[in-house]
Amino acid sequence: MIDKQIATIEAAVADIRDGATVMLSGFGEAGHPTDLIHALLDQGARELTIIANNAGNGYVGVAALINAGRVRRIVCSFPKSSQSVVFNEFYARGAIELELVPQGTLAERIRAAGAGVPAFYTPTSAGTPLADGKEVRDFGGRPHVLEHALRADVALVKAETADRWGNLTYRKAARNFGPIMCMAADLSIVQVRRHVGLGDIDPEIVVTPGIFVGRTVTVAEPADEQALIASGYRREPT
Amino acid sequence: MTDNATGQGHNSVRRTPDEIAARIAQDIPDGFYVNLGIGQPEKVANHVPSEREVVLHSENGILGFGPTPADADIDHDLINAGKKPVTLKDGGSFFHHADSFAMIRGGHIDLCVLGAYQVAENGDLANWSTGKTDDVPGVGGAMDLAAGAKRIFVMMTHTTKDGAPKLVDRLTYPATARGVVKRVYTDLAVLDVVDGGFQLVEAVEGLSLEDLRARTGATIHTP
Repeated sequence: MIDKQIATIEAAVADIRDGATVMLSGFGEAGHPTDLIHALLDQGARELTIIANNAGNGYVGVAALINAGRVRRIVCSFPKSSQSVVFNEFYARGAIELELVPQGTLAERIRAAGAGVPAFYTPTSAGTPLADGKEVRDFGGRPHVLEHALRADVALVKAETADRWGNLTYRKAARNFGPIMCMAADLSIVQVRRHVGLGDIDPEIVVTPGIFVGRTVTVAEPADEQALIASGYRREPT
Repeated sequence: MTDNATGQGHNSVRRTPDEIAARIAQDIPDGFYVNLGIGQPEKVANHVPSEREVVLHSENGILGFGPTPADADIDHDLINAGKKPVTLKDGGSFFHHADSFAMIRGGHIDLCVLGAYQVAENGDLANWSTGKTDDVPGVGGAMDLAAGAKRIFVMMTHTTKDGAPKLVDRLTYPATARGVVKRVYTDLAVLDVVDGGFQLVEAVEGLSLEDLRARTGATIHTP
């Protein structure tokens, strides 16, 4: 019998190793798997490479992970924000490595990894500093930049509903990177607001088929990052 | 304002950001799929004539988003690319990030309106980095939008706060994309990018061509 549901969030992240490459879903707070990240913080894995659109805000979520010194390198399109205090400080003193990737290229590199495409050419970034050192080839008289697929050992993803086969639905714009990250990681670990019985998700509305999902765990009331940041909360490892 | 660029004291009135946005909205046809860049371009949404159906795209996976909700209706899962709360119009849809950028890169977005630090007369755009090495870099979707949308309009002030031209013969800031800008809307003028320079479409009332040229670091052709 297939049952991808894990009883506790601690058990769901227990075997993530030092040096792992970890994708984090989310665009800003929407779809950010804050609860799974806090479980990873407590679990203690170090020397991580993080792949995410943003580098976190305040002292919660990925910002808490960086602040605890767990992140060696981040691959990201937009690390800075008005509240990205931790990343800014680590970056300024050279304590974190940054690979800056245009957002659409980031998404397509992740999708390509999940789809078994090792590399592709894109017009994005041609003629800019972000294409420096990369192969450029003309198609239809226009320069295109060679970009490589981006895979991960683990993806931490936030979705809305799961069944025991790992079929997922998402909520509104919190979908963002979730579906493609589930495809691109050897193991995807998904926090959902609720689990339902097999057959209870209309097959017509399944967004991520269970084949792309390794583990699911219920987090009925996910952390509200904005509220935590506003209250001055600092998440430390426990 | 008193325009003293040539020392002759002409009187002309600069367009406010809302007036620039309204001017851009006039040029958006019914049925267009449009992405509005973060910041001032977002104002364009408020000025699209009500009889036109324009579908707004947001990079984070929304087609057909609507205005800011009332505080009580804010939903953290329904935000735009600027991470601000929005609403969804009837007919709107959600999709993942790779599909969202397929819409952009695949040429399905009719128009993108972006802000800029500089636009060069060959259509090169600079809007993601000032090139200062001590800044935390961030590119977001700027390069994908600039390279992928069918048309790029730029909305910006004509000069920097210090009076330096932002329309230039060639970029001094790092490029976002090359040869992509079709039209520029500033507080002083509307200009098309054509072979060999900018072509003046219109200038604000009271501004002479001489004064406009004095505030522009590139060739301006007139019809």
